[in-house]
Amino acid sequence: MKVLVDMNLCQSHGECAAIAPEVFELGDDDLLRWKEDVDEELRDKMEQAVEACPMMAIRIED
Amino acid sequence: MADPIVIVGASLAGVRAASAMRSGGHDGEIVAVGEEARLPYTRPPLSKGVLKGVEEPESTDLGGGGLEVTWRLGTPASGLDRERRHVVLADGERVPYSRVIVATGSRPRSWAGTGAGLAGLHTLRTLDDAITLRDELRREPRLVTIGAGFIGCEVAATARMLGLEVTMVDIAERPLTAFGPGVGEWVERLHRSHGVELRLGVGVDAVEGADRVEGVRLADGTRVDADLAIVALGAVPVTEWLQDSGLEIGTGVLCDATLTSVSDPDVLVAGDAAAWPHPLARQNVIRVEHWTNAAEGGRIAGRNALREPSERDRYETVPTMWSDQFGIRIQVAGLPEPADPTRVLEAHPDEDRLVAACPDSGRIRAAVAIEAPRRMVWYRRQIEQGASVDEIAAAVLADEGALGPPREAVPS
Repeated sequence: MKVLVDMNLCQSHGECAAIAPEVFELGDDDLLRWKEDVDEELRDKMEQAVEACPMMAIRIED
Repeated sequence: MADPIVIVGASLAGVRAASAMRSGGHDGEIVAVGEEARLPYTRPPLSKGVLKGVEEPESTDLGGGGLEVTWRLGTPASGLDRERRHVVLADGERVPYSRVIVATGSRPRSWAGTGAGLAGLHTLRTLDDAITLRDELRREPRLVTIGAGFIGCEVAATARMLGLEVTMVDIAERPLTAFGPGVGEWVERLHRSHGVELRLGVGVDAVEGADRVEGVRLADGTRVDADLAIVALGAVPVTEWLQDSGLEIGTGVLCDATLTSVSDPDVLVAGDAAAWPHPLARQNVIRVEHWTNAAEGGRIAGRNALREPSERDRYETVPTMWSDQFGIRIQVAGLPEPADPTRVLEAHPDEDRLVAACPDSGRIRAAVAIEAPRRMVWYRRQIEQGASVDEIAAAVLADEGALGPPREAVPS
């Protein structure tokens, strides 16, 4: 699956990085970096990250 | 066909509970009862972007309309008849349930003193409140916030950024006491530097005016002239509709660690209304009035509602919350206590970014970060793992990515 983040919305709350550090992290500049191509086995965590984002900035595409 | 699972409360916790039930494979009917006529929306922008007029009210929609849920909006629940297994609505209608999720949230404390009922005296909770206040702010009133907590500070900051004259009053000696000590002093400086007038350590005796707010009278006899007053004195959980239900109610609806009512395994609770035992709790239970708790608690309650009691997940996530004021991000993880000592664990040399911690018997109980989101992700993990403050201080000292070296503890 593909994980997309709208960086116009992201405000670096870090909820996604706390849920799935293997996919999301905040860099030295406090901006989000993430892997776009994510293994299917992480789907639950990705759905959790989508719902935990206060800015509703994360989307999953199959 | 089984009776539906009924969610009472159509806001963030409710919509996340519904979503968790659908992604958990539940294909029975879900009914959601909401007092407001609107579909669920997210509240953080109400004291910021929506109030400022830079975000459209529609942008707060949480997408509940896209879920397969029967929305019963515009009428609050007035009772829970557990014998007949009905949620009773204020218009007398009864909705049968197989299980029920209580997600009725909280409402702001209103002003009960002199001047209650004057025009220009407001609370901020709903999207309609925010739209009304946004329109009021456009008339460039002198604003006073009664209370310097979470909502008082954010409204004051928003109004000040619009160029309005703003006074913030609180009986506490510092703003934002709920975020723990150390933070309050920093926030006080932030507001003063942006031109907010602060009247701290003094209560409000009366709101004055003929038909409309003209000012507030303080306990020291002075008066603050104002055209608009926001009552920001915290919130109370909406549980009075359950008073005849037989459910045990304390600071909120009392639950076990799986967000299940201690009185009834078919009643689950999420969001502001839930009081549940948490590993970080000092008393028996905690209650949290913040976005992330409504979202995550809603998800856990929704998933647990599909399971038998013995198979339910415990809700032990470390609580997190945030506030944005004057473009500054304040984040909190864990449960700070106003009376705890604080230690600055790292700070940027020019003091504009820092992380402070509240130790509890050597362990880290809460961390507060100002403009340090990357560091906060790390601190959250330390709280989850029960790290000691000394261990954290040593790790910070050795970490080139930290904002600066740890400092000694300061008493509250």
